[in-house]
Amino acid sequence: MERKIRVLIAKPGLDGHDRGAKVVARALRDAGMEVIYTGLHQTPEMIVDAAIQEDVDVVGLSLLSGAHMTLFIDVARLLKKKGMDDVLIIGGGIIPEEDIPRLKKEGIKGVFGPGTLCEDIVDFIKKNVKK
Amino acid sequence: MKDIVSKVIRGDSRAIARLITLAENNDPVAAEAMKRIHPYTGKAHVIGVTGVLGSGKSTLIYELTRWYRRQGKKVGVIAIDPTSPFSGGALLGDRIRMSELAGDDGVFIRSMGTRGMLGGLASAVYDVVEILDASGKDVVMVETVGVGQAEVDVIKIADTTLVVVVPGLGDSIQTLKAGMMEIADIFVVNKADREGVDQTVAEVENLVDITSMDNDRKTPVLKTVARDGSGVKELVDEIEKHKKYLKLTKEFEKQRRLRYEAELVEIIRKRLMKLIFDESTFKEKIENLLDKISKKEIDPHSAAEEILSKILK
Repeated sequence: MERKIRVLIAKPGLDGHDRGAKVVARALRDAGMEVIYTGLHQTPEMIVDAAIQEDVDVVGLSLLSGAHMTLFIDVARLLKKKGMDDVLIIGGGIIPEEDIPRLKKEGIKGVFGPGTLCEDIVDFIKKNVKK
Repeated sequence: MKDIVSKVIRGDSRAIARLITLAENNDPVAAEAMKRIHPYTGKAHVIGVTGVLGSGKSTLIYELTRWYRRQGKKVGVIAIDPTSPFSGGALLGDRIRMSELAGDDGVFIRSMGTRGMLGGLASAVYDVVEILDASGKDVVMVETVGVGQAEVDVIKIADTTLVVVVPGLGDSIQTLKAGMMEIADIFVVNKADREGVDQTVAEVENLVDITSMDNDRKTPVLKTVARDGSGVKELVDEIEKHKKYLKLTKEFEKQRRLRYEAELVEIIRKRLMKLIFDESTFKEKIENLLDKISKKEIDPHSAAEEILSKILK
C-alpha cells in the first residue's frame, strides 16, 4: 500500500505573513508529502474542518502575530474534541522560548522558530507521524 | 473500521475522509469497502470543471457551491492538483478559494494529488466520486488540474463538463480546439469583466458553430465573473438544462457507461501494474530482462511478451 504523509498548513487568525508557511509547504512537498495549504485568516474551526475532510496526518500552524497561546491551543483542543487525536500538530513563527513548554503540554509536539532548517521539520514529521 | 461503509452512507465526514485516504493509498480495505458502496451510488450529478491554469476554476466552484447550498443541495468537491513526478509530493492549494465554505456540514471538499496519473485527473478519483455520491451529495464537482490541450479525461467521469476559458488567450483558443474545446457541454468565459471578453466569446462561439453542426444541442457559451458571482446563477440554470437534456436523450446512460468503462480500465491497470512491478518475483525477472536488453541478447518487444505470458498463464 502506497502511503503518503498528508499535511495541512494553516495560518490561524489575523496575520498576513505567509512567506514562512509557504517555504515550509514547499519543503514538505519536495520531501514527497502532500501539502494542503488553506491560505490566510483561518479560524480554528475552519482549520479543524479542513483537517478532518482532508484526513491529514499532520497539522502545521504558522503565526507571527503573538496570538499563538490562544489560537494554537484552540486548534489543538478542537482537534482532540473532534476525535482527531492521532494528528501530529506542529507550529512555527515568532514563538518566545518561555511559551514552548505550555504549547507542548497542550499537544503542539514540535515548535519551530526562525532559523529552523527545513530538513529538521521534515525529519521531525517523519519521526513523529503516527503510522 | 468494519462499519466504515455504513458511516459513509450516513454522511459521516471522518469516515468519508478516511475511506478516501484508503482508496488513494490502494489499500485492500478500500477495494472491499467500494464493493459495498457501489449499490448506493448513481444519484449525484457529477460536474467536471476544467480549464487552463489560473482561469478561476476554484473560485467558480466556490460560487456554484453557494448556489447549490441555497437550493438545499449537498455538495462534494474534488480538487485535483499535480503531483511532482520528481519528489512524489504535491502542493494542494484549491481550498484557499473555498475557505468560506468551512463549517457547513452540507459541503465536503477534498484535495487530491494526481499521483502519477496523466489526463488531468487523479487515479483514485472514480472511487472518490462514488464515495461522495453514496454519502448523499446531490452534486459532486471535480476540478481538474490546470490543463493544456490533451488532458481531457474529465469527460469520462463528469455528467456535465464545463470548460473554463478567460479573455486574453487570443489565438490560443485556436490551438486549444483539438483537445479541450471538444469536450465542453457548457463553455464558461470567466473573468468577463476583462478587456477582450467579446472577442473571446465570439471565438468560442465560432468554434461551437463548427463543432456542433451535426448535433441537436448547441454548446452554450456563458459569461461569468466568479470573483463577484455574476453570471453564476445563469450557469446553474444551464447545468440543470443539460442534466434534463441528458435524461431526455438517453445520453445519460451512455455517459455513465463511459465512466464505468474508464473506472474498470483504471482498476485493471492498477492491479496489473502492481502485479508486474511490485511483486518481488517479477522484479528479478524484469532486472534480468533489462540486462539482456542492454546486452542486445533480447529486444524490448520479446521481453514484454515474456513477462505477459507469465501473467496470462
